[in-house]
Amino acid sequence: MANGVGIRVNERWWIVKAAPETPLLYVLSGELQLNGPRFGCGLAQCGSCSVLIDGVETRSCVTPLSAIGSRAVTSLEGLPVWYARQRKLPKPPVLTPVQQAFIDEQAIQCGYCYNGMTIKACELLSKTAQPSEAEIRSAMNGHLCRCGSYPRILKAIQRASQAAVGERTEEHRQ
Amino acid sequence: MKPVTEAIRFPRRDLLKAGGALLIGFAIRDAARAQEPEGVAVALGPDQPDPSRLDTWIAIHADNTATIFIGFVELGQGCSTALLQLAAEELDLDMSQVKSIRLESHTMPNQGGTVASASIARGGPRIRSAAAEARQALLKMASQKLDTPVKRLTVSRGVVSVASDPKKSVTYGALVGGKPFHLPYTGTAPLKSWREYKIVGARIPRRDMPDKAAGKYVHMQHVRIPGMLHGRVVRPRGQGAYGDGAPVLKVEEESIADIPGARVIRKRDFIGVLSVNEWDAVRAARQLKVTWDQPAALPGTAGLHQQMRGARTTDRMVLNNGNVTAAFDAAAHVVSQTYQGPYQSHAPFGPNCALADVKPDTALVMCSTQNIYDTRRKIAQVLGLALEKITIRYYEGSGTYGRSCYDDASQAAAILSQAAGQPVRVQFMRWDENGWDNFGPAQLADIRAGIDAAGKIVAYEYHGWQHNWSITETSQQLALGTRAAESPGPGSQEVSPFNLGAMYAIPNMRLVNHRVDGIRYLKGANLRSPLDVSFSFASEQTIDELAFLAGMDPYEFRQRNIRDERWLGVLNAVAQTAGWTPRRPADRSDRRRADTRLVNGRGIALGTHTSSYAAAVADIEVDRETGKIVGRHMYGALDAGLCVNPGCLENQISGMLVQATSRMLKEEVTFGSTNVTSLDWNSYPILRFEECPAVTAMVVQHLDAKSSGGGEEVMGPAAAAIANALFDATGVRLREYPLTPARVLTALQRRLV
Repeated sequence: MANGVGIRVNERWWIVKAAPETPLLYVLSGELQLNGPRFGCGLAQCGSCSVLIDGVETRSCVTPLSAIGSRAVTSLEGLPVWYARQRKLPKPPVLTPVQQAFIDEQAIQCGYCYNGMTIKACELLSKTAQPSEAEIRSAMNGHLCRCGSYPRILKAIQRASQAAVGERTEEHRQ
Repeated sequence: MKPVTEAIRFPRRDLLKAGGALLIGFAIRDAARAQEPEGVAVALGPDQPDPSRLDTWIAIHADNTATIFIGFVELGQGCSTALLQLAAEELDLDMSQVKSIRLESHTMPNQGGTVASASIARGGPRIRSAAAEARQALLKMASQKLDTPVKRLTVSRGVVSVASDPKKSVTYGALVGGKPFHLPYTGTAPLKSWREYKIVGARIPRRDMPDKAAGKYVHMQHVRIPGMLHGRVVRPRGQGAYGDGAPVLKVEEESIADIPGARVIRKRDFIGVLSVNEWDAVRAARQLKVTWDQPAALPGTAGLHQQMRGARTTDRMVLNNGNVTAAFDAAAHVVSQTYQGPYQSHAPFGPNCALADVKPDTALVMCSTQNIYDTRRKIAQVLGLALEKITIRYYEGSGTYGRSCYDDASQAAAILSQAAGQPVRVQFMRWDENGWDNFGPAQLADIRAGIDAAGKIVAYEYHGWQHNWSITETSQQLALGTRAAESPGPGSQEVSPFNLGAMYAIPNMRLVNHRVDGIRYLKGANLRSPLDVSFSFASEQTIDELAFLAGMDPYEFRQRNIRDERWLGVLNAVAQTAGWTPRRPADRSDRRRADTRLVNGRGIALGTHTSSYAAAVADIEVDRETGKIVGRHMYGALDAGLCVNPGCLENQISGMLVQATSRMLKEEVTFGSTNVTSLDWNSYPILRFEECPAVTAMVVQHLDAKSSGGGEEVMGPAAAAIANALFDATGVRLREYPLTPARVLTALQRRLV
């Protein structure tokens, strides 16, 4: 057993006890007690466990702890800070525009797929500020939802992309 | 469950303190019996509060807020918001002044499960009448306090004022002072007229949404308690025949010797592993070598319907109106076909999870059940504890759409916790959930229908073959050797008099149920709108075929044959919103001849579950080279009577349109002779983002009607509209779903020969 591997999660360094081959998901949900990444299939098929690693959406259920190194892991909990850093905002918003748009569109049903959907949408908008509908569908295609909330998620991502600058986030919060 | 009559203890005291109340206990049962509003029954179980007391339903706190005790569970459908709207409306409180508490088995009288889309229909009337009764009591107190007759008082946001002198006022909180009402609940207080509604019928944002969006919402899968162990079940990959269980021949514990933290728990054929560390439990479950006896007892996916056809059945005449035989003899045109539907899986996006803390004489089980009382009964069976020793606490899980493995996971956690003497959290792996689900049963149907020369449906006959729902959970079957048994039904387990032809005025109808014994099949249970996708697939295609034979547009044909105004309402709503234009048989043959690879089609259908009225239109595109169907736009209209929250209902309709598209085009449980083989998202594919149609959801609102179901009724018509659209696009009808590219291609090629 490795003793004390360091990983950087949500802008903080953590010393974790897990063995190096442990999938990152179990480190995040177990040792760090984070509720964003969650188990869905353990097979990288559904996107439930997604996190950003250096800004790239990654399936934490099949990513061993040893593969992280010094790269920055961002979970759902860390998205507002990550977003503020991306947009060079003086302080992080309470919610990212993507998260706020999910509320504004009442896009969530059971909410279990929401973690992966949000992580992926934030990654997409960080690369392509104004994606077309086809680009959104293509980017999101690896994330499943059992409740059938795709149409409202699509609208939410479109709404978030229209909030072109992070500063406008305040206007959307009611 | 046997009702108890002894005094009720006061289990909610602490919960109410947390809500800002000074509530000090509950009145014990007295002679006064509540009148049940609108015939809604409740059962009193062990350790549950008395339904005949007002305090059982509502508490007013000193801070002028109210707690409404809701006996139904939030499943992402929004019922926890909508039921509070009903309470706030009758109490004249703002939505910010009402809340509910986490549901536990002793916090509420048992009002049954959150099933059959009935939380608003069954739970709503009681909450409304209790809120009205509380308001009545509060006004009486205010009248004394303000020395003014009740009729001269007005209420806004829980502040009672003298109408002529608004400065003279008192709050609900001040009136009750956070103490119980100590009043019987009679169900007799007058309710507001729908003309006065301000909150009911409004698009109030869902209560659970902000926390879900912020990542703060606690799903069952997030619940952790100190000292808990992680458990996993160890079973064959994929269930065999229901009656067989999974007999263990050999367990090689040394196969996990390299995982020092993990240990094996065995109780007869139930095998689980435990570890402090979750990953160790996951890999131990994967690595443990177990040999099972796996007899080749299943017919395999390909042989399923043939086996059902030849099975010995228990038959029941569900409906027999008029003279069906004579009507068929006299009919101008008759359509007769056989249809097949597959097993489909609940496949919740997050596999089920439960956390049990079993002590020598008590147990707490946290889980995502749709019926905490039924779960308590099942936990009692595996633990050998009395019901009142067991507390079930509900946490929302991943959308389950019926009885997936939630009770199985709860029993597994309880068995493991009892064996370990420690709290145990069990989460199913994807292959456990998909492999050991209680699937929506497969169906075989023979349908025959006829019209007269004027295009009126004169005869209709439906024979359905399927098995009933399994009632023995797998964990119990394996751990105790409990015999595999099935629910006696009928409920939603047999041929439906609500969904089969019921929307049309048909004078001669016969519905016959052929119940197959499910022991040699897969486990079955209620999957959203049970059996309705199969019913509508067969029935509404038959209606379309009759329209074709009558030379009529499918919408017009339905209009002419429709039973009543409410069916007509949803049919017109969906057709008009979709911009339906008459489709004649000639159009369709032109379309078929067109030499294009991609062809478009449009279909329409009606349907329901047990109540409400639904209609759908599907616009699809068919690739004639690959056979792939893509849903382009789905329209759904639903009349569920009084819709308390149109936003929530539209979300349900929208979700149903997408889920029905998934079930019609993609979903099929596969199995060989020994095991289910569709164990993950590759082998059990569901609709993806790129395949998702645009959706238009319409609520047909009836503020003055009773609320009826809203979470299932669009499934059948949406699925059938897709099948009808395939015919519209290609001239081909499929009698078996899902409408996979292979099936479509085969049918197209057969047509060309």
